[in-house]
Amino acid sequence: MQLFSTSIGRKILMAITGQCIVLFAVIHLLGNSSIFGWLPGGINAYAHHLHSLPSPIIWGFRLGLLAFVCIHIWFGIQLTMENRGGRPRQYAVKYTQKASFASENMIWTGSLLLLFIVYHLLHFTIQVISPETAALTHPDVLGNPNVLGMVVAAFQNVGVTLIYAGAMVVLFLHLSHGIQSFFQTMGWSNDRIQPFITKAGTLVALVMFLGYAAVPLTILVRILK
Amino acid sequence: MILDGKCPTGPIQETWDKHRFDLKLVNPANKRKYNVIVVGTGLAGGAAAASLGELGYNVQAFCYQDSPRRAHSIAAQGGINAAKNYPNDGDSIYRLFYDTIKGGDFRAREADVWRLAQVSNNIIDQCVAQGVPFARDYAGYLDNRSFGGAQVSRTFFARGQTGQQLLLGAYSALSRQIKAGTVKMYDRREMLDLVVVDGVARGITVRNLVNGQLESYAADAVCLCTGGYVNVFYLSTNAMGCSVTANWKAHKKGAYFANPCYTQIHPTCIPQAGDYQSKLTLMSESLRNDGRVWVPKKKEDCGKHPNEIAEDDRDYYLERKYPSYGNLAPRDIASRAAKEQCDDGRGVGPGGRGVYLDFADSIKRLGEDTIRERYGNLFEMYEKITDENGYKRPMRMYPAPHYAMGGLWVDYNLMSNIPGLFVLGEANFSVHGANRLGASALMQGLADGYFVIPYTIGGYLATVKPGQVKADHAEFKKSVEDVTAEQNKYLSINGKKTVFEFMRELGGLMWENCGMARTKESLETNLKKIPALREEFWKNVKVTGSGAELNQQLENAGRTADFLEFSELLCRDALHRNESCGGHFRVEYQDAGEAQRDDVNYCYVGAWEYKGDNKEPELHKEPLKFDNVHLAVRSYK
Amino acid sequence: MSDHKTMTLTLIVWRQKNANDPGKFETYTAKNITEHHSFLEMLDCVNEDLIHSGKDPIVFDHDCREGICGMCSQVINGAPHGGQDRTTVCQLHMRKFKDGDTIYIEPWRARAFPIIRDLIVDRSALDKIIQAGGYTSCHTGGVADGNAILIPKPVADEAMDAAECVGCGACVAGCPNGAAMLFTGAKVSQLALLPQGKAEAAERVMNMSNAMTECGFGNCTNHYECQAACPKGINVKFIARMNREFLKAQFA
Repeated sequence: MQLFSTSIGRKILMAITGQCIVLFAVIHLLGNSSIFGWLPGGINAYAHHLHSLPSPIIWGFRLGLLAFVCIHIWFGIQLTMENRGGRPRQYAVKYTQKASFASENMIWTGSLLLLFIVYHLLHFTIQVISPETAALTHPDVLGNPNVLGMVVAAFQNVGVTLIYAGAMVVLFLHLSHGIQSFFQTMGWSNDRIQPFITKAGTLVALVMFLGYAAVPLTILVRILK
Repeated sequence: MILDGKCPTGPIQETWDKHRFDLKLVNPANKRKYNVIVVGTGLAGGAAAASLGELGYNVQAFCYQDSPRRAHSIAAQGGINAAKNYPNDGDSIYRLFYDTIKGGDFRAREADVWRLAQVSNNIIDQCVAQGVPFARDYAGYLDNRSFGGAQVSRTFFARGQTGQQLLLGAYSALSRQIKAGTVKMYDRREMLDLVVVDGVARGITVRNLVNGQLESYAADAVCLCTGGYVNVFYLSTNAMGCSVTANWKAHKKGAYFANPCYTQIHPTCIPQAGDYQSKLTLMSESLRNDGRVWVPKKKEDCGKHPNEIAEDDRDYYLERKYPSYGNLAPRDIASRAAKEQCDDGRGVGPGGRGVYLDFADSIKRLGEDTIRERYGNLFEMYEKITDENGYKRPMRMYPAPHYAMGGLWVDYNLMSNIPGLFVLGEANFSVHGANRLGASALMQGLADGYFVIPYTIGGYLATVKPGQVKADHAEFKKSVEDVTAEQNKYLSINGKKTVFEFMRELGGLMWENCGMARTKESLETNLKKIPALREEFWKNVKVTGSGAELNQQLENAGRTADFLEFSELLCRDALHRNESCGGHFRVEYQDAGEAQRDDVNYCYVGAWEYKGDNKEPELHKEPLKFDNVHLAVRSYK
Repeated sequence: MSDHKTMTLTLIVWRQKNANDPGKFETYTAKNITEHHSFLEMLDCVNEDLIHSGKDPIVFDHDCREGICGMCSQVINGAPHGGQDRTTVCQLHMRKFKDGDTIYIEPWRARAFPIIRDLIVDRSALDKIIQAGGYTSCHTGGVADGNAILIPKPVADEAMDAAECVGCGACVAGCPNGAAMLFTGAKVSQLALLPQGKAEAAERVMNMSNAMTECGFGNCTNHYECQAACPKGINVKFIARMNREFLKAQFA
């Protein structure tokens, strides 16, 4: 399959996997927002619903996501290494007209996000970083995992909140270039709609940033307890 | 000697068809045994190499640029003529034929021009098939515009970049053959000699411009598609690398040079701004469709802002002098008229060398958007160079050397007097006579390359045995030695003046004394001054570096040395032709300001034979017969 | 026009003897330059001075000097062709600079464009991409009448937008990855838009994109620096169209 070997093919794989991860992040954000109480029982009930799904679905989803992440990382690194050699020597004067900080640093924002995801999984999924407040081992009164307690305990710590909020800034940067890039790479763009796609992509990235950062920040300032 | 163009006889309408049938054919299986060299990859060379490669010949193509796509055909802006008669305005092959003969001031061969008009329609079809994005109307049909010297709308165009698009079409066809292996492309190579063995063209010597090495290539036929020589004026609309070198070297090896004095001065170019200037930029003739040319009636108005000069104080001199063609008068006439106004002290801009080309009326009539749609890129280009906005104030224009109607003499088969040497496109002399009409150069280049040479070269090759001479033949070695000696000489002089300084000086002499208006005295002046300049060149030129590396000075030194020789021939030809016709205007021969032809004494092609260094060349004549278009005073009034 | 005002400029120019020489910057002074000089005419003046003093002039590619042949290729202060909108370096004029300016002049820098000497690079990789499929396989002669297939004006116009490419390689020079996507995208799009090119569209996009990789060009990361650098203003929508053609070819 030439998708895996050619320049454009690999870019398309990057675009599709990236966009699937974005879709996951959107669902994740919707789930997170249950912490603000729109779901009866809040985020703990949401966690319970998730955990009660049949395990083939859960694991299928997890492995699928993992595969996407791996493909995205693998080709991301491969393409970046190839591109690094594309210009053997930099110009004496750096002059850019259209490239942005975000577009030039996808590999670094991506790497930071990877580190963050590992930390985040250890923290809130596998729950080994702060076992004393782990949701799975400390159910709430209804017997649901006490995610709220775990999250509130974590984000009352300024350092943890800063890590999460900082990661969300990185996420914003990554997505502000990544989302519009997806449409360009898939060929679903032209000169008329491209400015709109770019703006819309940045807006989605901004909403994701605000949505994700809202949880730790509102907890830190004790709005959410 | 009386030359024979070997034109077919009989009714003109049947000449090409009959001739094609009469030409011998090369057996398809034998074609790959024949090597053909094509020098130059513009419209003529690119089209020829692609077509010959496709037929099965073994083609080696050469260009001095880094890619065949860059030949100067690319700079043609306005369009390409064809007798399609799509607009239903009275065009026909016969009318295109007639207009071209008349436009050339009755100094071209009828049969060649007929063939050109006949194949013009095939060219459009060919280019469309290649994916050339010609302008179309909303219904999807090909669009046409009018052009100078014609009263019908027969010019096809691709915005203001027709030459570019046609060349890229030929380049794509050539690329396809390179991929298929039928054409081997050699870029960054400059032809520095023609190798003739026993009177037959057998190959070329080229310099690899990257490493300086001289290389020999042998073939069964050599096609020169090397363009024109108007860089002899130094400032021209040609590209910097355009030269007479390939043609001149062939001339020195025996090929006759025909009508070198027929040079076209294009009426609409951006005027020169300073001495440092390296070239002049042409603005497409198509601008004259919607622009009106004028100068102030009163000398004292020349310094004023053009928009402050009242309508009554403007002299729309082309409309005044040539009411039926008006601003669309042919190039030679429009150029000369501009010069007259400026000589009369009514020119505008720096040095008073300029006339206005005014779009105010068209903008009022059609709106700025329509004008932008038609000529946007030209207005942009004008603003980049002059810092003036052509939509808001009239553009300034002045004539500039643009095209060479003269070139190596060829017969009807495009073969020169040296067997095996073919000459195509601007490099030959054949169809434009003494003046070329707008949008005809592209037509000729592609006609020669796509639809003439594939037939006529077969007629020649069918008569010769393939591969008779190889590149290790003594003549090739001698040629390399000669070129090496010449280059070593440039490098060893170590004088005080740069190559550019010599070229600028030569250009000045040519423009001053052999430009738009020539006299016996001015030409005789040049015939004294040019040899002196040449002598100085060989004593005082400074070329740094070595021959074994990329050395642009060395390249230019060679081109300049050839121009220094060729310019003398050009002046000599102009001096011998005691008449005015087309682009050749002798002040002594005019009738109420219009060119005065002398059909009794000069209705011939003047082809010069090289007789050796510093020896007078010998003139051979090919009489011109006009059986279909009757010799008449050319009037555009 | 004020020809009396002249400028003096400091040029820091990349000099490299040949492909194997490591190369270095050298400093020159350009004197008596007017605002009407084109950039290349300014360099001509510097070269004349160099030759007079017995030094090797700066070599650079140039030919038509009217912005259409695509031969000229210099990066000026980090910008291919000098950064003026839709302008090749031969059409760049010195009125864009000020007296006393320091100007860095470098060759195109890309893996696929090895330097030949000074400011001249080898761009034959672009020819190889075209040879891989940038054509319609029509024969000379024996084609249909030009009006046999109608092409609506908007389609012809868009094809022309793509076809304006002069093949200078500024898109590659401007791309931080040294990618040739805009160049290739423009040709793929021109021929995919026109009915005459549609028959071979799938094969063409595959062959041309493979040629890009084989020639050592980088990959597209959608910076759009190529569009900014392009002297003909070719739009990145043609890259999107090539991507679309590529996907179509995969599943066709």
